[in-house]
Amino acid sequence: EIGCRVQFTEYIQKNVALYQFRNGIPLTTAAAANFTRGELATALRKNPYQVNVLMAGYDKEIGPSLYYIDYIATLHKVDRGAFGYGSYFCLAMMDRHYHSGMTVEEAIDLVDKCILEIRSRLVVAPPNFVIKIVDKDGAREYAWRESVKPDATA
Amino acid sequence: MSIFEYNGSALVAMVGKNCFAIASDRRLGVQLQTIATDFQRIHKIHDRLFIGLSGLATDAQTLYQRLMFRHKLYQLREERDMKPETFASLVSALLYEKRFGPYFCQPVIAGLSDDDKPFICTTDSIGAKELAKDFVVAGTAGDSLYGACEAMFKPDMEPEELFETLSQALLASVDRDCLSGWGGHIYIVTPTEVKECTLKGRMD
Repeated sequence: EIGCRVQFTEYIQKNVALYQFRNGIPLTTAAAANFTRGELATALRKNPYQVNVLMAGYDKEIGPSLYYIDYIATLHKVDRGAFGYGSYFCLAMMDRHYHSGMTVEEAIDLVDKCILEIRSRLVVAPPNFVIKIVDKDGAREYAWRESVKPDATA
Repeated sequence: MSIFEYNGSALVAMVGKNCFAIASDRRLGVQLQTIATDFQRIHKIHDRLFIGLSGLATDAQTLYQRLMFRHKLYQLREERDMKPETFASLVSALLYEKRFGPYFCQPVIAGLSDDDKPFICTTDSIGAKELAKDFVVAGTAGDSLYGACEAMFKPDMEPEELFETLSQALLASVDRDCLSGWGGHIYIVTPTEVKECTLKGRMD
């Protein structure tokens, strides 16, 4: 849900930052994922957030990790994950082509394959995609895959 | 589809001669879609006590965290580990607390008592304990597991034979259930050691 999504992810973002201010060190990916799950689980039986989360992070000692967090607060560490109607196609694509220790170029290639699948198979496919990368140099926007350019006058 | 069948699970515990074994499947699904094939359903409370949690994965995770918390507090206060019978009562009480808004889980508790006698028990989602002398089952593959275990169980099995029996019973049962499978996790616990094995079954 769009409203929940913005509100919830900003809430998590601000709390992760607060931890860093208070304690002087950043939260590990696992800790942040467990915190997110805790928030979703607490709200689940009162006023549930309709938000699915894929949390990716890089820790110096552990390396990169990805956490799948359902809207009903199911937490699992995974190598590859996807949500939504496109997930059926993406997961199949990743099951076929993913192997551990892929380079960035190979990974982008796999992402492009997934985007191609979504564009061709999904009736309600979104037109534009953004690819972000998280590694030892931080999180950054890597590329856009646009089929509908934003209106210059808007 | 019932909420207990949302994630899919299969759990079984069996008693042997001064030992017990507890096994689970490894699939984490969201209805018909498989999300992961390495999901841990069985957790160690202490060296002689294991709990497996079937049913809704989010409630299994929450319940496990609450139980670990209570056991750690118990360890600090009493300076010893909880007996399996006591732990089973704790699980039952925690579940009944939520009688009118329950955790959608069915736990399987297996442990060795002080005199090295194996103890197994299961409860329903609101904490009704069912003690058994031979085996207990839980999860979406529960009905198949009852059949397989009833056919294959013999009293007073040694650890090696117990491992074989339980593995075969689990793999045969999850093959009949589309919501559980993708291999198995099995723990054989004797008074001297804990053996953990991963089973390879039909990966589908």
